[in-house]
Amino acid sequence: MTTSLLATSYIAAAVLFILSLKGLSNPETARRGNQFGAIGMLVAVLAVALHAGVITSPTLLGALAVAAVIGALVASRVAMTAMPQLVAILHSFVGAAAVLVGISNHLAPAVELAGAERTIHDVETYLGIFIGSLTFTGSIIAWGKLQGVIRSKPLMLPGRHVLNIAMIAACVWLGAIYLRDGHAALPELLIMTAIAGAIGIHLVMAIGGADMPVVVSMLNSYSGWAASAAGFMLSNDLLIITGALVGSSGAILSYIMCRAMNRSFLSVILGGFGAEEGAAPAGGAVVDGELVPTTAADVVRQLTAASSVIIIPGYGMAVAQAQHPVKEITEILRAQGKQVRFAIHPVAGRLPGHMNVLLAEANLPYDIVLEMDEINEDFPTTDVVLVIGANDIVNPSALDDPSSPIAGMPVLHAWEAASCIVFKRGKGAGYAGVENPLFFKPRTRMLYGDARKSVDAILALLKA
Amino acid sequence: MIVGIVKEVIPGERRVAATPDSVTKLKALGFSVLVESGAGLAAGFDDGAYASAGATISDTAGAWGAPVVVKVRPPADPEVGHLHAGQTLISYLYPAQHSALVDQLKTRGITAIAMDQVPRTTRAQKVDALSSTGNLSGYRAVIEAVTAMQRPLGGQTTAAGRIQPCTVLIIGAGVAGLAAIGTARSLGAIVRAFDTRPVVREQVASMGAEFLQVEIEEDGSGQGGYAKEMSPAFIAAEMALFAKQAKEVDVIITTALIPGRRAPILITADMVRSMKRGSVVVDLAAEMQGNCELTVPGQAVDINGVTVIGYTDLPSRMSLQASLLYATNIVHLLEEMGGAAKFAIDEQNDIVRPMTVLKDGVLTWPPPPPPKPAAGAAAGTSAVAQPASKPAAAPKPSSQPAPKAHKSHGHGEPSGPPSASTWWLLLAAGLALFGVGLGAPQNFLTHLTVFVLACFIGYQVVWSVTPALHTPLMSVTNAISGIIVVGGMVQLGGGLTSAASILGIAAVFLAALNISGGFLVTHRMLKMFRR
Repeated sequence: MTTSLLATSYIAAAVLFILSLKGLSNPETARRGNQFGAIGMLVAVLAVALHAGVITSPTLLGALAVAAVIGALVASRVAMTAMPQLVAILHSFVGAAAVLVGISNHLAPAVELAGAERTIHDVETYLGIFIGSLTFTGSIIAWGKLQGVIRSKPLMLPGRHVLNIAMIAACVWLGAIYLRDGHAALPELLIMTAIAGAIGIHLVMAIGGADMPVVVSMLNSYSGWAASAAGFMLSNDLLIITGALVGSSGAILSYIMCRAMNRSFLSVILGGFGAEEGAAPAGGAVVDGELVPTTAADVVRQLTAASSVIIIPGYGMAVAQAQHPVKEITEILRAQGKQVRFAIHPVAGRLPGHMNVLLAEANLPYDIVLEMDEINEDFPTTDVVLVIGANDIVNPSALDDPSSPIAGMPVLHAWEAASCIVFKRGKGAGYAGVENPLFFKPRTRMLYGDARKSVDAILALLKA
Repeated sequence: MIVGIVKEVIPGERRVAATPDSVTKLKALGFSVLVESGAGLAAGFDDGAYASAGATISDTAGAWGAPVVVKVRPPADPEVGHLHAGQTLISYLYPAQHSALVDQLKTRGITAIAMDQVPRTTRAQKVDALSSTGNLSGYRAVIEAVTAMQRPLGGQTTAAGRIQPCTVLIIGAGVAGLAAIGTARSLGAIVRAFDTRPVVREQVASMGAEFLQVEIEEDGSGQGGYAKEMSPAFIAAEMALFAKQAKEVDVIITTALIPGRRAPILITADMVRSMKRGSVVVDLAAEMQGNCELTVPGQAVDINGVTVIGYTDLPSRMSLQASLLYATNIVHLLEEMGGAAKFAIDEQNDIVRPMTVLKDGVLTWPPPPPPKPAAGAAAGTSAVAQPASKPAAAPKPSSQPAPKAHKSHGHGEPSGPPSASTWWLLLAAGLALFGVGLGAPQNFLTHLTVFVLACFIGYQVVWSVTPALHTPLMSVTNAISGIIVVGGMVQLGGGLTSAASILGIAAVFLAALNISGGFLVTHRMLKMFRR
């Protein structure tokens, strides 16, 4: 295979990747987009294997086959509610691969370079390994938090900003040595890898569960930049392009998530809600009023009388795996001629678009699943709102209480409906530690208990 | 600070500028209130009610002697005689039509605030008496029409035959027009409405009326929420439309006003004669000589069996409610002027300044022009224009002067001219590129070009991804970032002979895991999305 043919294969693969992302603009074309991506990958891998003359290498074929089978098994088994974890762990693989490629390249560079070219190449290698290592450990921590292996509360070390800065400074210093000594500086390179890994761990440890959408999309972005850096290192345009695509995609998703929480990217990355810990529960006005509990039977009565219903799912619905009975309830109500719609807050769940995927899994038509901006003005004309396992995203104090830690965050206006029913496990505050005045509003009723059981009870009564 | 509430003297005027309720509010603002004996009688409030709300009942001279005199109608000649320098008069004035009155008041050296000059802004709505009474007038116009008609508005099928529903045409969809639409609809009529401003079409539709159009595309939205002059071609088309409608409809209600000028003639004598016998025209512009050629201000006249109603006292016919609303407007105005403690004409106040016709005997009217709306156009000479009223009931008044800054949140891209920080960013990027260009080798720059362009493509493509598919987006980008497999393969060389190749194969393994897992799970997710 000639170099020119390799280059044209790269072009084909790059175009296919771009079309793959483009396809996701609409659910109708999304599946084709995914297929384009897979074809692009196949083209790239075949072309490189042919060009490098390793197409028949049993090692390569074995590694590819075993990995592909494991990946396929995991992908076909994973539950949709565990999607955030899976995405996080996959990011860590990309990070690890980038580190391995970087070190491997350091050990056996393809060509010997000199002068400015060598410096640039060394910087690329060093940077690629740094980002890769950070992505690797950060993603593992994110996975642990999402899986529940590591507690999701932010870990706040004293002087954590100083610690971060010190670690970054150490990496820069080691980098200077590496640039000076070049090939001989393998220990420095490895130490830097370890420090970058520590930074990754520390960064993600300091971030709480509800900020996970930002973290996962940020790591998504990093894995792209790591691939891009590897591309620079290897002078491989396909890696550069793909890395840039993935990197900008993750960056945009992070930006969207941050905007949905009305918080700056930096404040999420540096961790902690608000500037000082412990301030969060203190902030926000004290809420007067009473929590009025209700029963499944009463909820059914309300649903029967209603003509329009909006369901607001949150992470609680995902945890309780309640999306299937929710779908059945929706079908029954729709069969009775009622308007039933879903309102999805951008940061509901632990992954951008998490709720959409869960509802799609339950086989709900996507045209009744609406974004916050599409549905927010319809609440005043809605009879019943069901808030299933969501809290901060329906907190009115985000709008009317400037002292609240979540002040300014766009929220779903559930309180404007004629009646609002909140499915909640217990009486605690939400993730942000903020009291939710919605629960105390006169038109709000609380349905306590596990979301799955509550929803099942309602479904049973509706069927009866 | 004492506020005097005087009795209206114009025959037929039943309203009053304060109610017992508003007296309580005025007292809370720190004012003492003097109410002329009998001032509220016609509106349903006797002296006792005012007294128990905390007002002092006084004679005519006493109430007129207060530093602030509040009433409804412009003062009549004998009333002007009560005024002296230093006093503030708050009432309707219509300074454009009543220049003689303004001159008289000027020689008295008083301060005069016109309730008809409230600016059309969101903030000023609480003071806007024209809107609050316009709403009542629109309602009353329908009621007057029904009273004059010999049949109901709504349709019915009965054992004695079918009752045909009436068709009502409403010209001008301002506050009064919209209120009339709502009232006529709720009484069962079929309602059509016409307005030169396309922006009100949605409001008309939301009230349940059919929005009539002429074939010519022209936007009549003018300054400050008023309609503007239309082209002669448009007016001709509009008149043709009215002539056609006049033959079909049972009731015409016109509400077209041009601020400070005679109302435009929209319904000619011929059109009235072409209407069915028993039909009714209600002219809400009668006070400004009317939209109908045959209107006699203040009267209902019969033209070949068609009743043309030109009552000018429609709000006064609902004096209780009209007084309550007007009194609330007055309370808000006095609050805006600083209450009793800081009572003053603030030149900077965007509500009070435009309403001030005279300040200590100095003419301050007309005020400097208000900010223009985006599509701003000047009001011209006579033509068809709409009543000025910004619809109070409408959800989003779109034709109002916008506040200074709009912050756009669309896609985070700054709209409007680039800010200073944008320029600095561009400068920094330029310098960085310059630095790179000085030192970097050609090979690197080629890659950099590819990288930067790919970033832009990624940016463009990803913004178009629908939010519902963000999770699949993430897993598919994750899968394609497995392209790092290429890096591992390049390092592979022949076999597992060196540390480098072992690392390489490990990278290949991880990346391949990622590729197959990523694409498959994306496929699984996307399969679930159905319409």
